[in-house]
Amino acid sequence: MGSQTSRAESGAAAVVGEKVDSQLALRIFRLLVEIREAEQRAYDLFLQNLVKGTSHLSLGQEAVAAGCAAAMRPGDLSFCTYRGHAHTLARGVPVEKVLGELMGRDNGLMRGKGGSMHLTSVEHGVMGSYAIIGAHLPIACGAAWRAQYKGQSDVSVCFFGDGTTNIGAFHEALNFAAIWKLPVVFVCENNLYMEYTPIADMTAVKDPAAGRASAYGLEPIIVDGQDADAVYRVAKKAFDKARSGGGPSLIECLTYRYSGHSRADPAKYRPEGELERWKQRDPIKIYRARLLDSGVAESVIAQIETDVKQKLDKATEACKAAGPPADDLIWTDVYADGGWAWRN
Amino acid sequence: MAELTYRDAVARGIAQEMSRDPDVVFLGEDIAKPGGAFKASVGLLDQFGPLRVRDTPISEQAILGAAMGAAMTGLKPIAEIMFSDFLAVCFDYFANEFSKSRYMTNGQVKCPLVVRTGNGAGSRFGAQHSQSVENWVMMIPGLKVVAPSSPADVVGLLAAAVRDPDPVVFFEHKSLYPTKGEVPDGEIIDKLGTAKILRPGKDATILALALMVPRAMAAADKLRQEHGIDCEVVDVRSLVPIDTQTILGSVSRTHRLFTVEENPRLCGWGAELVSIAAEELFYDLDGPPIRITTPHIPLPSAANLEDQVLPTVDRIVATVHRSLNS
Repeated sequence: MGSQTSRAESGAAAVVGEKVDSQLALRIFRLLVEIREAEQRAYDLFLQNLVKGTSHLSLGQEAVAAGCAAAMRPGDLSFCTYRGHAHTLARGVPVEKVLGELMGRDNGLMRGKGGSMHLTSVEHGVMGSYAIIGAHLPIACGAAWRAQYKGQSDVSVCFFGDGTTNIGAFHEALNFAAIWKLPVVFVCENNLYMEYTPIADMTAVKDPAAGRASAYGLEPIIVDGQDADAVYRVAKKAFDKARSGGGPSLIECLTYRYSGHSRADPAKYRPEGELERWKQRDPIKIYRARLLDSGVAESVIAQIETDVKQKLDKATEACKAAGPPADDLIWTDVYADGGWAWRN
Repeated sequence: MAELTYRDAVARGIAQEMSRDPDVVFLGEDIAKPGGAFKASVGLLDQFGPLRVRDTPISEQAILGAAMGAAMTGLKPIAEIMFSDFLAVCFDYFANEFSKSRYMTNGQVKCPLVVRTGNGAGSRFGAQHSQSVENWVMMIPGLKVVAPSSPADVVGLLAAAVRDPDPVVFFEHKSLYPTKGEVPDGEIIDKLGTAKILRPGKDATILALALMVPRAMAAADKLRQEHGIDCEVVDVRSLVPIDTQTILGSVSRTHRLFTVEENPRLCGWGAELVSIAAEELFYDLDGPPIRITTPHIPLPSAANLEDQVLPTVDRIVATVHRSLNS
């Protein structure tokens, strides 16, 4: 981890100097805590057999979602993977709707039709969570093409894991975005494991995303993904560039997932001590300490933490009280006429 | 009324829709400056400019992903996949992405896009550039699938596809590109989900699609002349939605059903239609439904071999004649 952290710091150095103002810092902190608590709650609900199916948690990776979301503007678009709870929450989607979807309840974001891996809230700019590795990178390009064609100023931001850098769609999308100079920013969350296998064992270059950037005429950008401010600064610079017609960027965030790949994975493949070392650089711990250092009162921080927990408790109760989705939803929205008819 | 080739009808259909709606954009490999590998988009770059008619790299996933992202956010893209065989390299978008996003998101995400693709055999291109793959996408809930057989249908169904709010896969038959037909003047808008009775008859119904339509028509002529058998030929045109009213209506009048399919036999579109007819019209049938298909083989390249494996006029005539006289 040591060498990775130092590379991360050098990557972020380019934007050191721009101070994150205190209002924004409190917003970022709230996002970090909201994501952490919601993911922990999702896990607890799974243990209680109230969340079925699968779920891919972002515990440990919160700073990427919070830093990027804080740098996005309303109207910017997020394209997420199956590990998308964090990015969905970070855009302001109510936690009750996210948990409801995970629990297969009628109050869920998609009323139980999508599930954990497909969280989508178009009204919040969350244009989908995609569970086929790499599929959404070209899709984000298309949304960016629309902005370019219509002269609109929004940026499409596409989040994905390190494993995605070895699938064809990643490379097609990077080249496509570069030659069309599209307002799209690709954000790789390198959490060291593609699934159950270390990404380093499966990748020809040391940095799975940044190491490929030059192949598409892009600057290699690596940032400390445990530091939400560092992520924010790098992301904002890339978003500004995209917005002003400067074309795409590829950002590699160095981070770590505390849990396994999915709920089925106890992550026994990790070397002893690795998790503990990363937890020393926990994104919330880092941010909390920074807020205190900058003079924010402990009581203000504690109040945020209490608020988030209360909100989550309330949301959990609402989800438990919500009924299952109605059976007739099975037949809706296969086609645009609202139904599923394939014959007359 | 003007006589137009099937190939020129494609360009006319796209131009008609791009003139009407500035949100219609067109992307694909070699479609802009070169005018398309089959010259089906000649002139569109000059007419609509490089922002709306865009050449892409050889990146089928990027083409379809970009079309989807653009469609989700307000454009109405037409994407070309040069050969339909290449659907296999970007199949995720058909199987998992634009077909399912509306359903999975409870109606939030909309994908009004058209994928045009050159389908079918007859050009001696061998097994990777000649297939009829309409059945590959017909099986996926959420897609609409059409395959016109005439220039007029190309214009009208393309217009309908572009205006449709769902993703539509539009199969153009490569061997039909040079064929000619009358196309009415002015704007043409057809209707998806409609089959067409091209020739009424009382003895048997022959269902056909794309290149198999002119063969079925020629076979019907021969059956009439040589055997006195009066066949009704139905151009299926749209596989999803499928016009079962027209198709079953025809079968209930003729009491016999034949399909002429270019796709290899297993799980071809005719299997579904025969199954529907068997379930719903069993007691109206005077004989077994019979499928005339390409055998379950990859396509060979040599002219004499390729010509043998596709359903021919003679094979249709012989099959129908034998069956009706047994």
